[in-house]
Amino acid sequence: MTAVATADRPRLGERLAAAPWPELAAPAALLLLVVVFGAADSTFLTTGNIEAILQASAILVVLAVAQTFVVATAGIDLSVASTMTLGAVVLGQVYSSGAGIGWAILAGVAAATAVGLVNGAIVAKGGITDFIVTLGTLSAASGLALILADGKPQPVLSKFMLDLSASGIGIISWSVLVAAVVAVTAHVVLFRTRLGVHLLAVGGSTDAARSTGVRNVRVKMSVYLISGLLAGLAAVLLVARVGAAEPASNTSFLLNSVAAVVLGGVSLFGGRATIIGPVVGALLLASLVNGLTLLGVSQFYQPLAVGIVVVLAAFLTRFQK
Amino acid sequence: MTTITGSRLPTAKEQDDVLVVDGLRKSFGSVHAVKEASIRLPRGKVTALIGDNGAGKSTLIRCLCGVHKPDGGTVELDGQPVSFHSPTQARDAGIETVHQNLALVDDLTVWQNLFLGREKTRGFGPVQLLDRRGMRSQAKEMVSALAINVPSVTSRVRRLSGGQRQAVSIARAAGWGSKIVIMDEPTAALGVQETARVEDLIRGLRDSGMTILLISHNFDQIMRIADGVWAMRAGKSVGYRNVADTTGQELVGLVTGAIPA
Repeated sequence: MTAVATADRPRLGERLAAAPWPELAAPAALLLLVVVFGAADSTFLTTGNIEAILQASAILVVLAVAQTFVVATAGIDLSVASTMTLGAVVLGQVYSSGAGIGWAILAGVAAATAVGLVNGAIVAKGGITDFIVTLGTLSAASGLALILADGKPQPVLSKFMLDLSASGIGIISWSVLVAAVVAVTAHVVLFRTRLGVHLLAVGGSTDAARSTGVRNVRVKMSVYLISGLLAGLAAVLLVARVGAAEPASNTSFLLNSVAAVVLGGVSLFGGRATIIGPVVGALLLASLVNGLTLLGVSQFYQPLAVGIVVVLAAFLTRFQK
Repeated sequence: MTTITGSRLPTAKEQDDVLVVDGLRKSFGSVHAVKEASIRLPRGKVTALIGDNGAGKSTLIRCLCGVHKPDGGTVELDGQPVSFHSPTQARDAGIETVHQNLALVDDLTVWQNLFLGREKTRGFGPVQLLDRRGMRSQAKEMVSALAINVPSVTSRVRRLSGGQRQAVSIARAAGWGSKIVIMDEPTAALGVQETARVEDLIRGLRDSGMTILLISHNFDQIMRIADGVWAMRAGKSVGYRNVADTTGQELVGLVTGAIPA
């Protein structure tokens, strides 16, 4: 019997063999879209349009990262978009009551984080199916947003919020930068911290995680808390983009956040996840919508196109094993 | 009532026992899974635990590794009475278990599995990042110390064979300065060659001074690698035999009750 423990880092051949090919589907598709749309319409690759795509994808990137954390533990957060709506409405209400924008942002993020905490407590401690729990909070958070806002949008006219979406460094607006920082931080948390390994372990095998001393309940609670916190951040970006806090349902954000996660090659059964995958997935969805709009395709076709792309991606992951 | 009869087990004075279990009981509702188990594990030996299905082996093991809390009886580890409320406590005290399901996460790498729940981190204050390099090289040492044949500590466990997975799980149990490693049917799912490798691994651990409690249904295997055997029947420990002084037939008799203990 020979001990074959090779070098610390895997060799290139090994890395290629171990490469998660489904996770490369989204970058490949994104490249394809860029080439096709770029050839079909000369304005697609102008800096102005790239700026618009990045800007449009910033909120989705943040929500997709939030969803990734939950999906990595084999859960799902259906309430992520409604939580964002509630956060936005709380932000708007606090701001309109005369508080400074800083306090308003803090209140909005705190409200969204609280929803995440409730989700986590019920799913992890109560042991109730994530699907049902977050479906419940989806409805409850949207309802709460409607009640608080009395069903009306609340304009948020603040220089800070205007700058967040309108100015930045070159073609990178501040909100895009916020999304980028969120993505990089999430990558570090997922792959370079104890929490990251533990949440992949919980997603991969709850039993194995438990018997090796991973605190499952705490890990599950953390991911919903993170999801709520990020939904709160997304709420800030949303208000900055729209210029108002609207109690709208934002269902397409929920669907697209799950779509971006699937496109990114993250396993819905948990245990396998990247951050770059869902981020590229979000960029792909934003480019698709942008390109179709440029080509003059009716808006009504966009959800259809998104749906087809997502199902194709899901089909591709069937060949994962 | 002690049922250690027909015993060729040295008395407590003659022998250095790591673990002494006396009169352990555990019931689930009206089911008396373990009625009276008294066993001793001599230090640095492979001791097997045999018994038919439902004899109470698994429940006894789960009491020892902190999954169940016994209803009565005492457990002494190195002369100190111990009582575990969780598997983590048992592990901290030095009792490691290789479960039948191995408790490995397929999508994590070998080194991540070896360090699962005990990751090394470095950083300052609340900002603690994984010491991946340190863990990888220590994992490499753990693996090569046991001469385990795995492709690389960076490969995912999913890609390993049954024997390799068993070896990784054993390496994890043995690699933490543990006093006792409990193995639940470590070769049940393995082929002939892989079984031989795992048996070599168990012998190697014993030779390095580890105390091993081996649950096995395979009497040939017990004759090959164990030093002593405890038999259980209907929730009771019914006897101990030195492997050198016994035969497969006698063990079968102990388990079935053909030989009154």
